[in-house]
Amino acid sequence: MSSEAEILVRLTVNGAVVARHVPVRRSLADFLRHDLGLTGTHVGCEHGVCGACTIRLDGEIVRSCLLLAAQADGAAVETVEGLTESGEIAALQQAFLARNALQCGFCTPGMLVTAADLLRTTTTPTREEIRGAISANYCRCTGYHAIVDAIETAATSRTGDR
Amino acid sequence: MSAATDQEVGRSRVRPRARRLVAGRGRYTDDIAAPRAVHVAFYRSPHPHARIKALELSAARAIPGVVLVASGADIARHCKPFAGVHRLFIGMKAADQLPVAVDRACWQGEPVVVVAAETRAIAEDALDLIEVDWEPLEGFGTPEGALAGPAIHEQLGDNIGFDGITTTGDVATAIAGAAVVVEDTFRFGRHTGVCLEARSILAVYDPQEQSLVVHESHQCPAQQQAIFADLMGLPEHRVRVICPDVGGAFGIKQQLYGDELATCIVAKMTGRPALFVADRVESFASDIHAREHVVKARMAFAHDGSILALTLDDLFAVGAYSQYPRSSIGEASHVARLTGAPYRIPAYQARVRMVYQNKPPVGHYRAVGHPIACAVGESLIDQGARALGLDPIAVRRLNQIRDGSGPHASHGAAVLEGLTLDACLDRLLAGFDVTDFRREQAAARQRGSLLGLGIASFVELAGTGAPYYGESGAPVTAQEACLVRLEPSGHVRCQASATDQGQGTDTAIGQAVADAVGVAFDDVEVVSGDSAACPPGGGAWASRGASAGVEAAVRAGRALRAEILRLAGLILQRKPEQMYVRRGVIRDAVTGAELITIREVAVIGHYRQHLLPPGTQPDLSLVRSYVPQNQAFLTTNGIQLATVSIDPGLGEVRLLRHRVAHDSGTVINPQLLDEQIRGGVVQGLGAALFEEIRYGEDGTLGTGTLMDYLVPLATEIPDIEVVHVTTADPSTTLGAKGAGEAGTAGAAAAVLNAVNDALAPLGARVSALPLTPERVLAAIAAASSVPAEALSRQKAGT
Ligand code: FES
Ligand code: FES
Repeated sequence: MSSEAEILVRLTVNGAVVARHVPVRRSLADFLRHDLGLTGTHVGCEHGVCGACTIRLDGEIVRSCLLLAAQADGAAVETVEGLTESGEIAALQQAFLARNALQCGFCTPGMLVTAADLLRTTTTPTREEIRGAISANYCRCTGYHAIVDAIETAATSRTGDR
Repeated sequence: MSAATDQEVGRSRVRPRARRLVAGRGRYTDDIAAPRAVHVAFYRSPHPHARIKALELSAARAIPGVVLVASGADIARHCKPFAGVHRLFIGMKAADQLPVAVDRACWQGEPVVVVAAETRAIAEDALDLIEVDWEPLEGFGTPEGALAGPAIHEQLGDNIGFDGITTTGDVATAIAGAAVVVEDTFRFGRHTGVCLEARSILAVYDPQEQSLVVHESHQCPAQQQAIFADLMGLPEHRVRVICPDVGGAFGIKQQLYGDELATCIVAKMTGRPALFVADRVESFASDIHAREHVVKARMAFAHDGSILALTLDDLFAVGAYSQYPRSSIGEASHVARLTGAPYRIPAYQARVRMVYQNKPPVGHYRAVGHPIACAVGESLIDQGARALGLDPIAVRRLNQIRDGSGPHASHGAAVLEGLTLDACLDRLLAGFDVTDFRREQAAARQRGSLLGLGIASFVELAGTGAPYYGESGAPVTAQEACLVRLEPSGHVRCQASATDQGQGTDTAIGQAVADAVGVAFDDVEVVSGDSAACPPGGGAWASRGASAGVEAAVRAGRALRAEILRLAGLILQRKPEQMYVRRGVIRDAVTGAELITIREVAVIGHYRQHLLPPGTQPDLSLVRSYVPQNQAFLTTNGIQLATVSIDPGLGEVRLLRHRVAHDSGTVINPQLLDEQIRGGVVQGLGAALFEEIRYGEDGTLGTGTLMDYLVPLATEIPDIEVVHVTTADPSTTLGAKGAGEAGTAGAAAAVLNAVNDALAPLGARVSALPLTPERVLAAIAAASSVPAEALSRQKAGT
């Protein structure tokens, strides 16, 4: 194997404590995907533009391609897998399915994490607010219309629940 | 339950695969675990054109963790060269290609050295230590420069890969007798698909079996199987190509790439799995590009707006090589075939020239050629209408090929059948009040703001048939096949040659097979994207999923239903025609009484054959195929409408409304259909306003990241209105027509016309895409300088 410099990283991922030695230059996205096998987080550009790698770090949404795994030391990370398991994004996922708000699905995990963040801060966002919130998440397949519909539906169904 | 409600075709079923994808359980190529895999990276040419005098690879080889460093010559020892020639185009020339450059690089980004290492990071470290002694050669980036320059490939004599003329009628006489002749030169920027999942491939070679198993982010597994076997000299039945979940393809993942073939060779050379995942920068530098055309065109009209003649000269620059296996000519040949195709045009002349230049290869991106043909033809119609003082919609109505007028031998040498242009135009305008818009536009003008309305009609050649690639010599099939099998449990499994990158083809097959066999949708499973598990067939290209892929499945499903009824008849001692199947139950044709279930027939057919009459052989796995045998293309059509506002100070174009009317034939799944069209429209809107891969005159790339190459964002795009005309295609049992490319075909043209409608009061016009603020401002400035001069002369005179 290589003689790459490694560092010990300890963090919480989807509620579980993880400790691994990783190369110092490994990105958080690659760490999640390749070291932990959490391949739901996708890499579309590796320069912070497309949003496919969006995850939650200590409650804030971040681009995991722009962070090093080492920078997440001590943090709490949530990925699409964890948000699925906890049921937090169930209404969004249901709306995405029913409205066909995904085609190839490559943007979808990042889109869902971003949408969940919007719905945490805004109860009933307008379509413009939804478009604004996902404007840094690229989707090449859908043209966004169905995604906006799905997020709108999820927001409405959620307020209905209350 | 009534027959109408349990019909699956026509319902908006949720895609089963999407359930995995929303949960983050996609299986894209880079998600597949491969123990001991080496990571492949490429040293790519920094020069558009340069000779490789010497390679210094020893420092790269010395890095711990590096497994292989191979030159083009090392790789070439393991494969044959390939050339993208299409034999239907007499006189076409194309140079041989190798996976990795040998002696000379002809485009910036061409692979020059391959590195395989324990990790991608180590492979990239090794790339930094590779030294190449380059002798830069003159590079030609522009189409005109390439046309005039010396041959990039000496053996071809010049840079003209193809030069062909299509002629109908007497153009000179028609033009001489015209009331108005409009003329323009249109320029189209290079753009590309920008699949969010970059090209990826994982190759595993077994030296004992001589077998190659490839996971590849690709649209056409059967084609790739044939190509890898042929070029690497492997027995084809030992090569298997699996296309798992694919993160967008759009034609970009339809050809052979040298770096992907080289990855298979690395697997063979190292005896270890080899993984190559392109990064975004190398995707821009090496993915198939499209649409670099300069089109000079003229249209001649009579006083009443009748089109008398059309001429065009398309200079189409395709990069250094013609793509393999389909060749790069498709886009220009579609421009010749489709410009003005919705209209009766008695006199026509089209010249297309495909030229080589020092840029990456150009090929098939969604709606091949259609957007160019549509923009040129529809812009000229608007210009003609304006010159004659006629309403552009009225001019379209006047010239359109009438619905129901039978097969039309078009001026572009295509046979167009079953067009529904009148119906589509009516549907389009039924939801849009033109008079109202014109009133609003006039009011806006009073306030100094610019609004515009554009319409673009198009004929689509969706669903290529056997004659087109049949004549090409390439291993490309227009046939699709589907194996449908009744499982012992009574469920149905389909193994389809058509592939699905998110379009929903699998779901459409499931719905159509459910109806054809007579089972519930949930009882059907569809497997696709595996050259070993599925019968050979085309995959995904040319909007053929619904028209050809689903058609094959319907035929197989019906055959299976007949077999189920045959066996049920033998079991029950009744005639098959006295029974029917619905939702898994076989019933009496007259009374509707339940006789036996499919599950019971399946159990006897698979486990209890001794209960059947002597000599009975059940056949519960049946394959059927479908190919449009004698039609080069299946035809459909649509029309799009765009409204825009322009900020005259900033030159920025804002999209207001976008509306599409399209004939998709029989609708299998309304929601999936609409979303195909919407997604296609937005790619066309990207082409209209934002997307351009910019190169210097010598072929040096200027847009390597998503920060320089702009794709549409959610805030820049309006909701897309979609309406349908549903005229079943008479040539198939199902009658579905292609729709995946319809949106892309006409969107940019509609926006171009809308922008020029908005600019018309200023006397300004643009004829180059994308319609960037710089181009719009330049057009406004050029126009305003004329009245300004006229004004100053007037003043001087007084
Ligand atoms: S991969 Fe992180 S933003 Fe694109
Ligand atoms: S669904 Fe393919 S990129 Fe969004």
